[in-house]
Amino acid sequence: MWGIDPLMDSNSKPNVRRAVRVTAGAGLERWRVRTAWVFLAPTLAVLALVAGWPLLRTAMLAFTDAYLSRMAEARWVGLENFRWLLTDGDWWRSVQNTIVFTVASVSVQFVLGLGAALVLNVRFAGRGLLRAVVLIPWAIPTVVSARMWRWMYHDVYGVFNDLGLRSGLLAQPVAWLADDTTAMAAIVVADIWKATPFMALLLLAGLQAIPPGLYEAARVDGVGRLNAFVYITLPLLKPAILVALIFRTLDALRVFDLIYVMTSNAVSTASMSVYARQQLIDFQEMGYGSAVSLMIFFVIAVFVAAYVTAMRASLVEEG
Amino acid sequence: MNARIIKTALERTGFAAAVVAIFTFSVFPLYWALITSWQKGSEVYTVRYLPSAISWANYRAVFIEQSFGHNLVNSALVAAGTVGVSLALSVFAAYGLGRVRFRGRMLLLFTILGASMFPQIAVLSGLFELIGWMGLYNRLPGLVLAYLIFTLPFSVWVLTIFMQRLPREIEEAALVDGASPRVVVLRILVPLVRPAMVTTGLLAFIAAWNEFLFALTLTLTDRARTVPVAISLITGASQYELPWGRVMAASVIVTVPLVLLVLVFQRRIVSGLILGGVKG
Repeated sequence: MWGIDPLMDSNSKPNVRRAVRVTAGAGLERWRVRTAWVFLAPTLAVLALVAGWPLLRTAMLAFTDAYLSRMAEARWVGLENFRWLLTDGDWWRSVQNTIVFTVASVSVQFVLGLGAALVLNVRFAGRGLLRAVVLIPWAIPTVVSARMWRWMYHDVYGVFNDLGLRSGLLAQPVAWLADDTTAMAAIVVADIWKATPFMALLLLAGLQAIPPGLYEAARVDGVGRLNAFVYITLPLLKPAILVALIFRTLDALRVFDLIYVMTSNAVSTASMSVYARQQLIDFQEMGYGSAVSLMIFFVIAVFVAAYVTAMRASLVEEG
Repeated sequence: MNARIIKTALERTGFAAAVVAIFTFSVFPLYWALITSWQKGSEVYTVRYLPSAISWANYRAVFIEQSFGHNLVNSALVAAGTVGVSLALSVFAAYGLGRVRFRGRMLLLFTILGASMFPQIAVLSGLFELIGWMGLYNRLPGLVLAYLIFTLPFSVWVLTIFMQRLPREIEEAALVDGASPRVVVLRILVPLVRPAMVTTGLLAFIAAWNEFLFALTLTLTDRARTVPVAISLITGASQYELPWGRVMAASVIVTVPLVLLVLVFQRRIVSGLILGGVKG
């Protein structure tokens, strides 16, 4: 089998040729580099096709007045779309919504996730099961969790209203998702439920990398548990915390599914992505919608750069 | 009864309470969906905390009155196709990036990582156009192609890290024996990184199975709709009167395979998430 591989050199005596190359040293290296590029080519081609090209097209369309049903007649309009965007109240509302959503959900996820990670880091019967169970909210499709939460938030038959009324916390049922004052909070709670497991698991991995000997030594020296947490755990966990926070922030900034399924295109809760899709597909404004998408791209690019830098640092550190 | 025993007892109780809280928090919405899905017709409009009689009427309705079975097949095909293509491409790319040192390697690796982070919305208009040009609108291969945007960079990243860890001598012996690089990858490296391939495959499967934005935008009819889109489009007689029992039945059906995957492959999934998020 080895000798008849189609990718091998067409030379009828491959063994000999290869052996010559191996002894050639530098030649082998050059040959390996060429192989690396040959193997990378399909992946790079696919990524260029499905990511690079569409991104480029989005950037081009952003400067035109393209309309979905008559794309061929698109005209170059310069910065017109961006000028319009800057004065569009609904866009700024979506920016504000996205920031509120991101800050609120990521900060609560961090606190709860750290708590859950500390619990999961303790050895106890059933820890493996709990660790698997914690993954359930993460694995459920976002569309499904959005539907489940919408049902729990139902203004008449929802479990939250039922519990609230029974316990006397609510005087009357609340239309959680229809009421502008509660809708965003309700969405944030659903996101906290969905994404806290991810935060917890990243932090748990960080916790498990801390050598247990450090805690032993601290205990011998009479350091209390709270102090050990503040002076040992937190500083050593910092890289994991950083990466988890940036990762979750990135995810929260591009939120679409959860908000779209829970409150559709409602202005009071629409995120940047929801707003962009509405322009692109529902209103068929390919030009303007692309301008919106490009803006989102740049906002998120800043965070991606921060993330990649953090990853590079950790990669260099470990060698 | 000294103070110390009381303190330990309190701590234990507190810890147990935390465990119960985490458990309840994680499982309750799914439990709620399950008991709702077992209630017949208008029964869903009385709030019950424990299941009374279990009825499968909603489950039957989802398959008979809607083309949910068809949507499930679509989702499975798209997810399996995405996993297959991503793994086949990324295992070779990972060889190039993980086993060979060349100039621009790190730049390339981090560009690929960056590509997985960008908002899907940024490519939506261009992708919509591209899929149209290729004649793949409202067809499953179109979705597979679109999903490679996020599954391929992730797979390449994780497999590269794994390939890097293998000792160099492994492939050298084979190369000296005259094996082609393709043979080296398929016969020697693939078996060694198989655990990582299972992990990335699982994560790619879950990501493709759950994806919504592209599926919503790149399909039009039930012929090509995947489950998340179908669930988001279930409507009742009026906008305000959703058939909640049916929605919950459909939700439970798509969730069950995922919960099973998570329970069985918990360790692999977690290690994959950590590699994707933090360098392991």
